[in-house]
Amino acid sequence: MNVNSNAYTYTFATVMVVLVAVLLAGASLGLKSKQENNVKQEKMQSILASVGVEVDRSEAEAAYGEVIKEVLTIKGGKVVSTDRETGFNVDMAGAIKAENMNREVPLYVANKGGENYYIIPLRGKGLWGPVWGFVSLESDGNTVVGANFGHKSETPGLGAEITTPMFTDQFPGKKISEAGLFQSISVVKQGTSSGDYMVDGISGGTITSNGVNDMLADCLAPYAEYFKNI
Amino acid sequence: MSTEVKTKESLFSKKNQQLLKDPFNDNNPITVQVLGICSALAITVKLEPAIVMSLSVMFVLAAGNVIISLIRNLIPNRIRIIVQLVVVASLVILVDQFLKAFAYDVSKQLSVFVGLIITNCIIMGRFEAFALGNGPWKAFLDGIGNSIGYGVILIAVAFVRELLGSGQLLGAQIIPLSWYIDMDKGTGFYANNGFFLFPPMALIVVGMIIWAQRAKNTKLIEEN
Repeated sequence: MNVNSNAYTYTFATVMVVLVAVLLAGASLGLKSKQENNVKQEKMQSILASVGVEVDRSEAEAAYGEVIKEVLTIKGGKVVSTDRETGFNVDMAGAIKAENMNREVPLYVANKGGENYYIIPLRGKGLWGPVWGFVSLESDGNTVVGANFGHKSETPGLGAEITTPMFTDQFPGKKISEAGLFQSISVVKQGTSSGDYMVDGISGGTITSNGVNDMLADCLAPYAEYFKNI
Repeated sequence: MSTEVKTKESLFSKKNQQLLKDPFNDNNPITVQVLGICSALAITVKLEPAIVMSLSVMFVLAAGNVIISLIRNLIPNRIRIIVQLVVVASLVILVDQFLKAFAYDVSKQLSVFVGLIITNCIIMGRFEAFALGNGPWKAFLDGIGNSIGYGVILIAVAFVRELLGSGQLLGAQIIPLSWYIDMDKGTGFYANNGFFLFPPMALIVVGMIIWAQRAKNTKLIEEN
């Protein structure tokens, strides 16, 4: 057989492509449910971590059921749904495309040690890809209890530092509104933050820091109207 | 394939051992062949991703080398580069899918670097230069050897960059925090060198490793 003939080359290429396609599609389908479960557990883990409940990913589902009392869906300052699944499954990437008042976004209500906390999901743009996170507030809907962030592909050692305690530990005690007026929390140049409405950014990770800044302003705003009335 | 008489060769004959050892020094993929430099710049800011990347490259290179070597007589010459690309790309996607399902935390560590494995010139280089002309066992050893040669340099560069750039190793603080200059208190004498976090410093560190290696191993020096 002549392996360099045209007919053989075409046959080889076709067989190879079909085989590889079947293999990859099979792997993707077969592993999909397991992968989605991992993503779901990780999301629950992050939600819990923002109120200071640290659990392993395998225990996240049980702890989530215990700590998270309600999942509200908020639109224009009003609760439009109290279904837990509806709130949890809101696609934040799609949700943030809508205008502030038309946005349907989830609000998690947690109960830890007898205290109620609100947890707000965040989603925005970093330098290379999406960034996201969760901010938890005290029952006054103003004072921050904790925050954590995640990212798809920010630069390790620079932008990716937003996930480290060095950055997130600045959030507890900050406030998002002043005398009922929404303020957000600004991420400013490293070493220049002061007061209740600013945190230090990451030096060398300016675009990621700015992304987090915009994300906070954009994603906290839709809840301001709701918190006014509690 | 050749027509030479096949004599049974032991699994770890001197020649086979050489396949493992050569890439470590005399024929190191990064410092001698200067391949795979792009990933050496991109992921050596911290030690942990560098180690994970080295292990992933080891798997993909060893498995890919064996696959290419097994089908080497079936591959049409004119599309061999495409075939090699398909093998690397599918292996990388498979690894990525399995990690996402069974080792989710590792897959988060790797994130963007998985794509970088496909573009790593060492892999295509070994397929083309070695696996296409040698048997599977030799190809396997060659893959392991080259990825160790690659990994050692990667880890050395990451070690220097994380230590001097962030004062940490594997995320643990190495430089005592009390050494750091504190403007408010007026204490300390040390500051991290932020320049080490940027890619140019990786090139300079690789350059210094090449210099040290050539100073020691004089047969690498070209005659002018």
